Amino acid sequence: MPKDIAAWIHISENNAVTVFTGKVEMGQNIRTSLAQQVAEELHVPVASIAMIMGDTDRTPWDAGTFGSRTTPTMGPQLRAAAASARDLLVATAAQQWKVSPTALSAADGRITDSKSRQSITYGQLMHGQQLVKLIESAPPLTPVVDWKIAGTPVPKVDGRAFVTGRHKYSADLSHPDMLFGKVLRPSGFKATLTSLDTKAAESIPGVIVVHDGDFVAVAAADSATAERALRAIKAKWSVPPQPSNADLFSYLKDHVTASRRDEPHIVGSVDRALSDADVKLSQTYTVQYIAHAPLEPRAALAEWQGDKLTVYTGTQRPFAVRDELADAFHISSDKVRVLVPDTGSAYGGKHTGDAAVEAARIAKAAGKPVKLVWTREEEFTWAYFRPAGVIDIRSGAHKDGTIVAWEFHNYNSGPAGIGTPYNVANQKIEFHPVDSPLRQGSYRSLAAAANHFARESHMDELAHAVAMDSLDFRLKNLDDDRLRAVFQAAADKFGWRNRKPSATRGFGIAGGFEKGGYVATCAEVEIVGGQNVHIRRVVEAFDCGPVINPNGLRNQIMGGIVQGIGGALFEAIRFSNGRILNPYFSEYRVPRFADAPEIEIILMDRRDKPPMGAGETPLIGLAPAVGNAIFSATGIRLRSLPMVPNGLPSKRA
Amino acid sequence: MAPIVLLVNGTERRVEAASDESLLSVLRDRLQMTGTKYGCGEGQCGACTVLIDGRPVRSCLTLASQVAGRKITTIEGLEHDGKLHPVQEAFLHEEAFQCGYCTSGMIMSTVGFLASTPKPTEDEIKRHMDGNICRCGTYPRIVQAVARAAEMARKE
Repeated sequence: MPKDIAAWIHISENNAVTVFTGKVEMGQNIRTSLAQQVAEELHVPVASIAMIMGDTDRTPWDAGTFGSRTTPTMGPQLRAAAASARDLLVATAAQQWKVSPTALSAADGRITDSKSRQSITYGQLMHGQQLVKLIESAPPLTPVVDWKIAGTPVPKVDGRAFVTGRHKYSADLSHPDMLFGKVLRPSGFKATLTSLDTKAAESIPGVIVVHDGDFVAVAAADSATAERALRAIKAKWSVPPQPSNADLFSYLKDHVTASRRDEPHIVGSVDRALSDADVKLSQTYTVQYIAHAPLEPRAALAEWQGDKLTVYTGTQRPFAVRDELADAFHISSDKVRVLVPDTGSAYGGKHTGDAAVEAARIAKAAGKPVKLVWTREEEFTWAYFRPAGVIDIRSGAHKDGTIVAWEFHNYNSGPAGIGTPYNVANQKIEFHPVDSPLRQGSYRSLAAAANHFARESHMDELAHAVAMDSLDFRLKNLDDDRLRAVFQAAADKFGWRNRKPSATRGFGIAGGFEKGGYVATCAEVEIVGGQNVHIRRVVEAFDCGPVINPNGLRNQIMGGIVQGIGGALFEAIRFSNGRILNPYFSEYRVPRFADAPEIEIILMDRRDKPPMGAGETPLIGLAPAVGNAIFSATGIRLRSLPMVPNGLPSKRA
Repeated sequence: MAPIVLLVNGTERRVEAASDESLLSVLRDRLQMTGTKYGCGEGQCGACTVLIDGRPVRSCLTLASQVAGRKITTIEGLEHDGKLHPVQEAFLHEEAFQCGYCTSGMIMSTVGFLASTPKPTEDEIKRHMDGNICRCGTYPRIVQAVARAAEMARKE
């Protein structure tokens, strides 16, 4: 990351502050939370700050907006830059007025000498010149306990643009000479084109057909004509036989890629400990592929000017997409500019530049700017999925509730959150990478959702096996104070000790630690008609260190819980032979109003700890808490996500 | 291509459009009124909701030619002289959005709903709004925003 203040912050003559960051906004509210942190340290109003985000020509390089990294890394970076800038401004004024810097104060965008009553705005002082100084190694940061702007519920900075429809997402942008592009999609994955007839499409006035190997696309001056041209193309594809949901989990276990295997985490001896354990369990958990289904599908507007390419697109990794474009067209990265308008969500699903590359290919062939907006069907089919996975657990415990053995194997879904926070003397934990039958990639919380589902469901099973309360069993095996604290806080607010399960009412608890955040989730479910599971109430305690914006944070935690409901109860991609069978919202069920329970959120606000992100971890406790609640009502243990895509299964013996 | 005259937010707009072209496509691609969003094209997500003669419809499933001459209201037509519509105010006040992509459709659905149901219960709100998807999961705040908007309208 650049060390000069000027790379991050600029103050214009009229005192407008511009902040540059390669992070992007896609609903997680960092445009506001980062501005708050700059305002806090620079001593300016939030309203005076404009954030330039995700513009590869203007913002410092950044790996991308993922992994809950903005708050722990970009926040401190901008705070340090802003505090250093304030130091520089004070020093500059002191020099100009020939007074000691200690006699000056900086507030509300002005430097003031209380003795002489001289006062000057930052802008007047610097005349819009660059803030030429390195970020200090120990900048005068405001202690968290003294925060006045950070830590407060500042409203979303551009909220009005969203409620008026004025905000321009990538798909909303236009260019006067722009054409609308459409890509001809193969009839299945790994397809090869065997015959193509584009004559009818080409005969439509104004239509350009692009054909390059297996890439076939059209462009026209309006979207209706482009769609008509696409429909007029006759193509035949050869699609090789491919797996389906029916054989998914055996396929995953049979296709481990030995070459990429990580060393397992081994402590003690699981086998020896199991031989001495009073209680032994062995269970398998599975998770299906699910789709991010961001409401704004992938979209891009690409324009070539000579050999320079400019692309507007909604992506989490503008610099990686810049490099992807440079590679695709064999040009150097400095010829490519990627700009990311605030995006209609991503959830880990917009790491790649598929639409950007396609729009740029069509634009290059057409010789005009091209806008490409994926349809919902394309979004469901040609993006990538949250990995499916199989998780095998073997465990053992003593009668008193001490866990003595823990063996955990994850096939394909991923290594995030694979460890256990509980004290277990004998452990073997291993991730087994697999050649996935479907294209897969990041999804909010990565594999932590799957691994927590398996671990926290299994913890509930173990607790029942040793006849202990599920919370007591966890606390007995847990030393981590912060994790204990969220469990206790959530349980207290939920009324865990007073719960009264019945055949129609169940209660469950789960929690964990991931990406610097500690979460505990309690869920209450109602079983309606012996068949339908309704989540009625969720209480979640979350500790991500000091809270930057409690309003935004609550919104994000609530969103994580609601999104988690989909993967927990009913979301699943159905596929067969290289085709997605449910690429529509009518066939792929996502959480709706009726699915959202009453949600209570407890923010721990640990001001003595470093700030951590909150985009992912709040969703990992939901599925196991709900699964455990279903068990408490029905005695049915559901070990596959989604748990009830077609209602409750009949009770097994 | 044939000329159609649409009455959008009180203004007559003459456009050339294909006979099978959706109102959504005409609004977004021909009139550059991009506040109305594409989310699915199958009437399942509600992002494209507009009002026709005051009633909420999915513009992705509505042919532009069918609504010629009828009163079309889009998100761009709610604000008057810099003053937000009470429903917009309520959504802003509750911060009932995250990425904001569903917001136009949510607001238009709410405006249409409250016109026919000025005093909705929470269950009625959830039932009516169930055709709109917020993938960020802000539903509880949207319910609050709708209730708040109803209250604001009653006080006016």
